[in-house]
Amino acid sequence: MTPPPDNSAALSTRSVLAGEGSGGGTLPDWAPYGAFGGALVFCAAVLAALGWFTVALMLVFGCLVAIVAIYAWSRPVEGRRRAKDRAITMAIVAAFGIAMAPLISLLYEVVKRGAAGISWEFFTSDARGAITGGGAEHAIVGTLIITACAVVISVPIGLMAAIYMNEYGRGPLLRALTFFVDVMTGIPSIVAGLFAYALFELFLGPGIQMGIMGSLALSVLMIPIVIRSAEEVLKIVPNHLREASYALGTPKWKTITKVVLPTAFAGLVTGVMLATARIIGETAPLLVTTGVVSSLNTNPFQGRMQNLAVYAYNEYRSPGVMKQASYDRAWAAALTLIAIVMILNVIARLVYRRYKTEIR
Amino acid sequence: MSSVDTTTNAGQLLATASGGRRRRGDRIFSNTAVIAAVTILALLVGVAVFLVTEGYPALTASSAELPKGESFLSYVAPLAFGTCLAGVLAMIIAVPLAVAVALFITHIAPARIALTLGFFVDLLAAIPSIIYGLWGIFVLGPAAVPAMKWLEEKLGWIPIFEGPASITGRTMLVVGLVLAVMILPIVSAVAREVFSQTPRKLQEGAQALGATRWEMIRTTVLPFGKSSVISGAMLGLGRALGETMAVAIILSVSGGVTFNLIGQANPSTIAANIALNFPESSGLAINLLIATGLVLFVITLATNFLARMIIARSNAQ
Repeated sequence: MTPPPDNSAALSTRSVLAGEGSGGGTLPDWAPYGAFGGALVFCAAVLAALGWFTVALMLVFGCLVAIVAIYAWSRPVEGRRRAKDRAITMAIVAAFGIAMAPLISLLYEVVKRGAAGISWEFFTSDARGAITGGGAEHAIVGTLIITACAVVISVPIGLMAAIYMNEYGRGPLLRALTFFVDVMTGIPSIVAGLFAYALFELFLGPGIQMGIMGSLALSVLMIPIVIRSAEEVLKIVPNHLREASYALGTPKWKTITKVVLPTAFAGLVTGVMLATARIIGETAPLLVTTGVVSSLNTNPFQGRMQNLAVYAYNEYRSPGVMKQASYDRAWAAALTLIAIVMILNVIARLVYRRYKTEIR
Repeated sequence: MSSVDTTTNAGQLLATASGGRRRRGDRIFSNTAVIAAVTILALLVGVAVFLVTEGYPALTASSAELPKGESFLSYVAPLAFGTCLAGVLAMIIAVPLAVAVALFITHIAPARIALTLGFFVDLLAAIPSIIYGLWGIFVLGPAAVPAMKWLEEKLGWIPIFEGPASITGRTMLVVGLVLAVMILPIVSAVAREVFSQTPRKLQEGAQALGATRWEMIRTTVLPFGKSSVISGAMLGLGRALGETMAVAIILSVSGGVTFNLIGQANPSTIAANIALNFPESSGLAINLLIATGLVLFVITLATNFLARMIIARSNAQ
């Protein structure tokens, strides 16, 4: 993780050793920043002169010019190899900036636009018969119920399968499981939704939509994530703990439930929370399985059930008379979802840091 | 592995040696574990079986019976084309950036902020796809309109920028960009993992021989991580191929096959097509959509198989 030692004495020794013979000088510390700033100003001026000025173009061309500039500057002073190193470092940093820009923009926009739609009504009323559009209480409750059912289905199966893989597994079943869990990770979410729909349609007739179908679809997506993370954690429980337990005559299943699982507990909880965060915002499988409805439904086994992601999609797709109000609600739902996901992520890391067993 | 085997045997020996009650506990517990394992395999088989059963009527129906009045193959081919175009476009954009992000975090950023950056990038992988879709249609699309106009004017001689440029921003190029943003955290997480595992011996050896940082990266880090990066890219591709909501929201679809990335008329993707049409469909139309879902399943499976094969081959070497 740590970058290589970078003091200038070592550098000059290195360039002497390398025998590049271009003076062995060094650019000032601010050289990369200077080159980048200069390139930006230069590109802004040129683009403005040509009448093409946009911020995006300025940044893209600015980065390209900066890479060329730092190379041209460093080449005569530090030699070809150092110049190339500087140019590529600049390119990597620029690429990092370019990659992060949309993500920062996304978070900013969600918070800014979402705040406009957040109100007391948004959390406390559903949208039944509401001309103004009402709130998203039914969607929030639906999200929680559908996700909770998915967790209840996925965690026992996923955990036991991980225990099988790590503690019992051998032979063809283990190999098949390892392989197919990988395959399962790659199932597109919409396909999981179609599977749940097809399964229920076969038994309950066409057009069926209810909450538990969504939970089943989400489970298909969640189980492999749970297995992966649980397996990872169980793997690092040291063998001497198991051996010590066996030496005391403890049967294997008690060793697992009383020694292995408690040792791995923090990691398991973290894994489950991260997996929950991954599926709580799924839209496509729920669009197919739980349908769209405007009133509160708390029974996952009966009738359609709204959830936040589908709610956001629907407010965007078919806005009401007051278009902007619908869009605001879509963004408010997006903000609520992101908040839930972030909170789950942060709590998961905190749990891990606070309760993890020191393993030696 | 051998140590695990010995402990397993020791545990079983002890368990067998002690009383029957304990053995029963062991039996129940291990059977539960096996059942869970088999359930998962059954689930996966179930996905394939139910998709085939429900898709079968559409696969065998004559073109006159199908809702669009065209054969299944001519219905799904443009969709499969759109799916692959969007996925490959996203991969081409995302992979170099993801490698750069991973290199930045593991080898260039100061160690203290590197951890925070890593956490931040991981967090981004958890953002729901619907939000990327909203961001794409409300923010990136409009922002990309002038840029696409510029591309049409200056680079219109390249077929992919042929135009006429869309004035709404609901184009394949924007979809590719949004999908790239979505898969970037996944690809870069894989790359970061392997880059940070490059043996320090190699890195220090390269530097002791006088290599600059880039030369060290090129000669030790990149060769060491190559196969993992490729498989990470394939995982990202699989994700992009199956991505539904962002495409369904952003893309203005009209069917047909075109490589023009910035025009009004774009080929749809399988996943987006299902999401857009499923709620209003019934009867054979549903079977048709499920059959296209089966095609998508096969495409993503093939992608993932390829990724695993690449890893397996490079591990063998």
